[in-house]
Amino acid sequence: MSSKQFEEGIVAGRLDASALDANFSDLHPAYDEHEALVAADRCYFCHDAPCQTACPTSIDIPLFIRQIATGTPEAAARTILEQNILGGMCARVCPTETLCEEVCVREVAEGKPVEIGRLQRFATDTLMAKAAQPFDRADATGKKVAVVGAGPAGLACAHRLAMHGHDVVIFEARSKSGGLNEFGIAAYKSTNDFAQAEVDWLLGIGGIEIRNGMALGDQITLDSLQSDFDAVFLGMGLGAVNALRLEGEDKEGVSPATDFISDLRQVSDLGSQPIGRDVVVIGGGMTAIDAGAQARLLGAQNVTIVYRRGQEAMAASEFEQDLAAQKGVRIIHNAAPIGIEGNGSLTGVRFAYTETKDGKLVTRDDGFSLPADQLFTAIGQSLTGAPEALTIEGGKIQVTEAGATSVAGVWAGGDCASGGDDLTVTAVAEGRDAAENIHATLMGDA
Amino acid sequence: MADLTTDFLGIKSPNPFWLASAPPTDKEYNVRRAFEAGWGGVVWKTLGAEGPPVVNVNGPRYGAIHGADRRLLGLNNIELITDRPLEVNLEEMTRVKKDYPDHALIASIMVPCDEASWKAILPRVAETGCDGIELNFGCPHGMAERGMGSAVGQVPEYIQMVTEWCKKYYDKPVIVKLTPNITDIRNPARAAKAGGADAVSLINTINSITSVNLDRMAPEPMIDGKGTHGGYCGPAVKPIAMNMVAEIARDPQTHGLPISGIGGITTWRDAAEFMALGAGNVQVCTAAMTYGFKVVQEMISGLSQWMDEQGYTSTADFIGMAVPNVTDWQYLNLNHVTKARIDQDACIKCGRCYAACEDTSHQAISMSEDRVFDVKDDECVACNLCVNVCPVEGCITMETLAPGAMDERTGQPVSEDYGNWTTHPNNPSATAAE
Ligand SMILES: Cc1cc2nc3c(=O)[nH]c(=O)nc-3n(C[C@H](O)[C@H](O)[C@H](O)COP(=O)(O)OP(=O)(O)OC[C@H]3O[C@@H](n4cnc5c(N)ncnc54)[C@H](O)[C@@H]3O)c2cc1C
Ligand SMILES: Cc1cc2nc3c(=O)[nH]c(=O)nc-3n(C[C@H](O)[C@H](O)[C@H](O)COP(=O)(O)O)c2cc1C
Ligand code: SF4
Repeated sequence: MSSKQFEEGIVAGRLDASALDANFSDLHPAYDEHEALVAADRCYFCHDAPCQTACPTSIDIPLFIRQIATGTPEAAARTILEQNILGGMCARVCPTETLCEEVCVREVAEGKPVEIGRLQRFATDTLMAKAAQPFDRADATGKKVAVVGAGPAGLACAHRLAMHGHDVVIFEARSKSGGLNEFGIAAYKSTNDFAQAEVDWLLGIGGIEIRNGMALGDQITLDSLQSDFDAVFLGMGLGAVNALRLEGEDKEGVSPATDFISDLRQVSDLGSQPIGRDVVVIGGGMTAIDAGAQARLLGAQNVTIVYRRGQEAMAASEFEQDLAAQKGVRIIHNAAPIGIEGNGSLTGVRFAYTETKDGKLVTRDDGFSLPADQLFTAIGQSLTGAPEALTIEGGKIQVTEAGATSVAGVWAGGDCASGGDDLTVTAVAEGRDAAENIHATLMGDA
Repeated sequence: MADLTTDFLGIKSPNPFWLASAPPTDKEYNVRRAFEAGWGGVVWKTLGAEGPPVVNVNGPRYGAIHGADRRLLGLNNIELITDRPLEVNLEEMTRVKKDYPDHALIASIMVPCDEASWKAILPRVAETGCDGIELNFGCPHGMAERGMGSAVGQVPEYIQMVTEWCKKYYDKPVIVKLTPNITDIRNPARAAKAGGADAVSLINTINSITSVNLDRMAPEPMIDGKGTHGGYCGPAVKPIAMNMVAEIARDPQTHGLPISGIGGITTWRDAAEFMALGAGNVQVCTAAMTYGFKVVQEMISGLSQWMDEQGYTSTADFIGMAVPNVTDWQYLNLNHVTKARIDQDACIKCGRCYAACEDTSHQAISMSEDRVFDVKDDECVACNLCVNVCPVEGCITMETLAPGAMDERTGQPVSEDYGNWTTHPNNPSATAAE
């Protein structure tokens, strides 16, 4: 046990290396072959399967599971990747409990779904360990497409475009590619630097050049892209974090949860990552859960997630909430922050209980305080830096089903675009579908 | 991806997976959807003679054997040949063949055992443009009582006679579908060949009663308190079917006669096994009836992946490759010695191997107080029962002893020479070894 465990303030090394290793190991460890066969055997090969309908990328799940069952996981991987080139990451991060596995007929019948996510991982891991990405490029079309953002949406779009024979340049603001796969996903969901390995593997198709450190609105503009390329796809995600709008938000110890999560993913030695003793997280989505759970895993003594509405309104799935609870995170519902305490550094946060009156959420007169040396805000991300010319709808770039924006020749998808949940798999689906529409438009059949 | 295009009797199909003559191929609607789903060919549901069609029972036609988790392992049916008018079937076949010229379409036929009946139907079938015919000499119920189906298939002379008529009145390939309800499958196959058949297909279904209703004291499927034997098919019949295919493939009299393999084929691997034993293509019924037409997609992807891995570029590369290795018991090498080996790291200590060996075999596995299971080499006869009852794949394996190594059971070193029963000293009719 490390001597720093109970130390006040934000300090590194609360836990020793072996405890950290255990805490940040794979959330859903990989199946071995026998486990995969046993799991695959449970699939009924349903007709017009509900799981396939529930998957935003419409992977033919019964077919890929049957291919695992008959000893051809590589063929299974192909079935997956044809629909979802980031099937490896999605197998790790998809909230399957609210997607495919939720509607599995065995979930309905027995309360125990076929473990589709882990089977998907078994198939894609098997193929990726053995072989390059399995798709060939069509004959060169001579068309050039610019993609902004190397997150799941941009990568899926670029891969599909490359497959169709177009040449793609991805402009990525950060020095590393992958988007939130690299900077957002919880460390225990994507271990062993899987995100970078997957990007490299995906690029194996050829015809995709990534220019890192190139930001739209900075080094490049929409105008310049439109004049240099035949089409533009925007997959820039949500770059800004929403503020609490509370006095004291600038105190030392207060920061966006996404920064903490991203630091955690980039740090090479978790023992050097500082964390508070008493941590409070404000929010009710996946980001709040990931920040809270990982704070505990780093050794924070008391971690409390406070959400202003009831449990049923939380964006994080029940599985995610249980996961946090299981790590020892306390979740308080129906309370909103009203004050940040501390002289210079943070010492606590004051909350008021909330209730709904006439359909509106209001704070009550009573409440409570929580001691805190670290506060993470996780009340949502928002769009920033979208080109002026584009129509914005509900804070996002307005797009058609096929991903076309209000400006001809410009498409968008993923978190920055309207419609769909903000999930990795949704971003992949939207990037892929936009690529199909770009392809059809460029080739003159749309 | 390997090219699965298959040439069977000059009939080309995009892959070797055909649907067998049965309900999945009973009408245009099904067959079109089957082709769209990826099936390479179909043998249309068996046609009968002109006139009022047969009638089926109006109660359950199927009985089933389920494995754990209600997996369908065996299916039995009391269905007859098509109960739709001949004219309707022929019109539909004509339309389908026209729209799917690259897919195989075979007409299955069963008419009374007289020359006039065959002479009457064959030209009409030919007009549909289908690629060949299959003679249904296999149906074990209903039709046999009317002197057709397996009633013909069980008499080699009839097979030869009908095949000859077909070759006389029809000029495209004639496939003879064999019934397994016979003691030696080689006799009907030889008869088909003698009659000029271009190929045989097998197996049709096996006579069976799947279950007895103990309240009503009648077999299932039960029709108004009575049941009858039906035809058994599905995964359970595969071993029986494969043996029959292999027997025909290695019989000097029929060796080289093309075979369409049928019986329990459910996955790409089943198909590859039939083909390795000499089947030029395969036909499937129960798997499609259990899982729908889409099941062929796994067969296609699996077979082509396997072919790629093996370096086969065409199905012809491996068809029949296992046939030379199917032999008679008397030629097996009795000097080949193996012993069971238990991987202690993989062992989950269930003790099933111990129970099997101790109670029913050769008392060759020891069990310690703390549940460690070990093979006693001086008792192990290498039967591999333990391998088969072990729930952990790869946990128990058979190790081959190298020539010169001591076989502790016999106290003799392993000989490097091949030695079989025909020359064994214990064989009273042994021919002296050279
Ligand atoms: C903490 C956290 C945890 C999450 N956990 C999960 C999870 O477990 N499962 C799940 O399915 N989803 C999860 N999500 C959501 C998921 O990560 C996103 O929905 C998904 O990454 C969206 O993909 P995207 O490509 O649209 O955007 P992003 O992944 O955000 O990628 C956008 C890319 O564009 C770049 N970019 C931005 N602006 C510019 C510019 N002006 N010029 C050039 N490049 C630019 C960014 O640097 C980034 O690389 C999580 C999100 C967060 C924040
Ligand atoms: C319901 C049913 C009806 C069948 N009808 C015919 C038939 O009309 N003609 C025929 O040649 N075989 C018929 N068969 C046999 C199949 O074509 C096939 O030979 C047999 O089912 C074995 O293959 P399987 O194990 O893939 O089902 C029928 C089988 C079933 C299950
Ligand atoms: S499958 Fe069921 S519904 Fe369809 S015909 Fe048979 S008994 Fe009727």
